[in-house]
Amino acid sequence: MYIIVVGAGKVGWNLARELLDKKHEVTVIENNRRRYLTVEQELEHNVSYGDASELWVLERAGIQRADMVIAVTGDDEDNMLICQVAREKYEVERIIARVNNPRNKPHFDLLGIKPSVSATDLILRLLEHEVPDYGLVHLLDLQEEQLEIIEMLLGKDCAVTGRRVGDLKMPEGSLLISILRNGKGFVPGPDTVLEVGDEVLAVLDPGHEEQLKVLFGPGDGSNGNRSDDGG
Amino acid sequence: MFILIVGCGRVGSSVARAMLSEGHEVSCLDEDPESHARLEVGLDKGWEDLGGQFTVGAGLETDALLAAGIENADAFIASTDGDNTNIVIAQIAQRRYEVPTVIARILDPLRAEWYERQGMHTICPTRVAIDMLESAVREGAPRSAGSPDGNGAAEAA
Repeated sequence: MYIIVVGAGKVGWNLARELLDKKHEVTVIENNRRRYLTVEQELEHNVSYGDASELWVLERAGIQRADMVIAVTGDDEDNMLICQVAREKYEVERIIARVNNPRNKPHFDLLGIKPSVSATDLILRLLEHEVPDYGLVHLLDLQEEQLEIIEMLLGKDCAVTGRRVGDLKMPEGSLLISILRNGKGFVPGPDTVLEVGDEVLAVLDPGHEEQLKVLFGPGDGSNGNRSDDGG
Repeated sequence: MFILIVGCGRVGSSVARAMLSEGHEVSCLDEDPESHARLEVGLDKGWEDLGGQFTVGAGLETDALLAAGIENADAFIASTDGDNTNIVIAQIAQRRYEVPTVIARILDPLRAEWYERQGMHTICPTRVAIDMLESAVREGAPRSAGSPDGNGAAEAA
């Protein structure tokens, strides 16, 4: 894939490194001369100097043939504009925008700039993850595809620990895709027995969080209180 | 008409004064509290005494836009010093608040041209300057009517 990354800050630089490692073709556009010179020492011809909200700078970087544009500057207006122009003028199929101020998120949505990613939101979600009685963390919303991926930490009072995955009554439109146990991730099979401390990733249709929360939440009468009867 | 002007620089403040003197209701929004002083240049009374409104805040902040009265605005002018800010807030005014007349000042001719084609009412001062300069140069008479090449300038007349 040919990917244009706008902004060579910490996010953009590291992103470019990862993408280059994965053998993608990458151009990073940076408009601060000093930053450009620093990054250029490592990324060489993969970084280009200029203001990416100027259309000719985007064209010079080859936006007409780009498969993806990722705007991660520190300025929300710039990220919005660059993504809007990329998609609507140059018909780039995939765009990703960084939201610096979470209060600007509705503006990204209004202009149809999706997906947009806010570091503050991600950190907030991690914080929520640390709060014991909040059992469910949104990892990803794929709004257009109508899918979400969420993570749940199975606590001591979780109703489903000790039970086989095959015996769980998962809500329709949801699927367990991965279990993280002792720092290692694996794909669960029907015979996998859930343990306390497991971090479970599930993919689901939006709107099914509550059902999953009940299923994986603290045990009550209906689910059997910390029952060891499963499996 | 109730006119909301975001960005109270030389352009915004001048338009604001002109509109107020024509009897319109005018509200200005700017991040910089000091820009209020620019509104009062050449006035013998204070901006508020003359019926003007001034709000401190950024054009992207919903609270600031609401405080400045965007929901009642008949016209919206985006004249901050940032092209991208103007482009974004003009679309917010148009789509979210359905302001009937929305005008964005965009300095970059390429961006102005494209957004104009997308249906945004844009004013591009740079384009105006380019056109004026070009026609001023064309209208200018050569130094000497008799020198066909440009090199004859020194020995002309």
